[in-house]
Amino acid sequence: MTATVLKTRIALLGGIYSNYLALGEALHDIKQLGVDAIYCLGDMGAFGPYPNRTFPLLHENNVLCLQGNYDDSIGNQLDDCQCGYTDPRDNHFAQISYDYTLANTSAENRRFPRSLPTEIRFELGALRVLLCHGSPRKTNEFLWESATSSHFLEYLADEHSSDATFATHTGVKWRRELSGGRQFVNVGVLGRPENDGRQCVWYTLLEWSAAAGLAITFRPLDYDYRRLAREIRQEELPEEFAQTVETGWWTTCLEILPGKERSQGKH
Amino acid sequence: MTSPAPSVPLSHLDDLWFQVGGTLCNLTCNHCFISCSPKNDSFGFLTLDDVKKRLLESVGLGVREYYFTGGEPFLNREMVAILVETLKFGPATVLTNATVLRDEWLAELQAAYSKSRYSLEFRVSIDGFSPQTNDPIRGEGTFARAMSGVQKLVQHGFLPIITAARTWSDERELEVVQKFVAMLREAGYARPRLKILPTLQLGAEEQRSSGYHELDRVTPEMLAEYDASLLVCEHSRIVTDRGVHVCPILIESADSLLGQSLAESGVSFPLSHGACFTCYQYGAICSNASSGRSRAKM
Repeated sequence: MTATVLKTRIALLGGIYSNYLALGEALHDIKQLGVDAIYCLGDMGAFGPYPNRTFPLLHENNVLCLQGNYDDSIGNQLDDCQCGYTDPRDNHFAQISYDYTLANTSAENRRFPRSLPTEIRFELGALRVLLCHGSPRKTNEFLWESATSSHFLEYLADEHSSDATFATHTGVKWRRELSGGRQFVNVGVLGRPENDGRQCVWYTLLEWSAAAGLAITFRPLDYDYRRLAREIRQEELPEEFAQTVETGWWTTCLEILPGKERSQGKH
Repeated sequence: MTSPAPSVPLSHLDDLWFQVGGTLCNLTCNHCFISCSPKNDSFGFLTLDDVKKRLLESVGLGVREYYFTGGEPFLNREMVAILVETLKFGPATVLTNATVLRDEWLAELQAAYSKSRYSLEFRVSIDGFSPQTNDPIRGEGTFARAMSGVQKLVQHGFLPIITAARTWSDERELEVVQKFVAMLREAGYARPRLKILPTLQLGAEEQRSSGYHELDRVTPEMLAEYDASLLVCEHSRIVTDRGVHVCPILIESADSLLGQSLAESGVSFPLSHGACFTCYQYGAICSNASSGRSRAKM
């Protein structure tokens, strides 16, 4: 991206979690819209089935990828996903998911995420854009909307010289305006619904023009969640994963949620 | 000859703690690491003005979230106002025994919480799933009183985090956790949140079990492959009525007082205490789970 670009439209995809069905729908939606670039902010694998089906879609559509904590773990065949869970139940389900994903990701697809960058930077006019996975300072840091003060985000923006920071990792989209027109955006995830009782998943569209500046749109995406649930069961992954997809309510990895986000869910 | 204690720099002040209840507590738990009691006034309350000054100071330092502890914070008559004020700045967590909570306080806090973009977490200390397991540690009748507090919190729309110090053997962990969850559900808390902590062999706990052995220390070699961000002192400080200390566990140690301002307290701290060894073993034992900081899969 050069400073001579006068306007651009960019799609930002959060964690895919092996939900290749949602990824396919997202790429179709993005094609209809027309974009200049597509970025994935990391975590290609996790709760879903058939992890190898995600990678050809990324490659065929020239999706530029970051390395998330899951990708680092799968790429380097580590013992766990490095999600940083502290609760035994969260860790139990995370380990099942990780062991399945590692065992079912081909050597070629394990090699791919190993060399991915942990951040991508570009400029839109004078706007300095930073893409990362968890936070600008740590790949597996959770930045929850209700547990992150604005002055902490200001500190990160200063420290990492960023006017617009985009992350994923928590599974829930949110956005906060900062001083001087700066902002922090969590782009959401394609991998599972948002714990709001809806089955759709989300990605983010960034539109920028020299005249109008930056515009951010969160785009909901319907996909064949029934098929995903069926395939989760076919692969004998935990019933809880299928229930999340079918109901839109998280059933696992709940203890990591701050009180406000937890209250908005059902479990 | 033993190695000198390794020093850990403060990388950034993420978590700012307040010893808002001093060392005064309505209970006298026999595992308390700073021996809080109704008569221990070695540390006093912080006032709303004290806290306001620190909150303002914290903005320029980019503090991420705020924690309040004691003693029992709700013995401080300004506690509700302090939490209401804090929610204008960032996420707040208060560590309480839940035995003195009043409905009118919780109603006011719920109103402030609903208006705030930030979470207000209550971490309620209960050390057993029954009067028989809790009361020998926390005092006669405390189980019933704390559970009454938990029910009040739930009725007011909060999801308290029940915090228990591990006073049982590792082999019994699963059984104890299951019994805790069942007990809380039966009491009307449909989706209980639990945090199990290791005991710290300081204060009253030193008498109850045993103190740290002189070999229970962190050495430079132990930090070689270690993620130091898991240590509380790497990203936290605590304000008491004496000044700013390195961490909530060590306030009674003379070397823990690092200065009078938050800026002054941003110096390296040597991991020379037995409690540093526990922190090293378990990782950020004081933080909430939402911070994602943990060493051991507990």
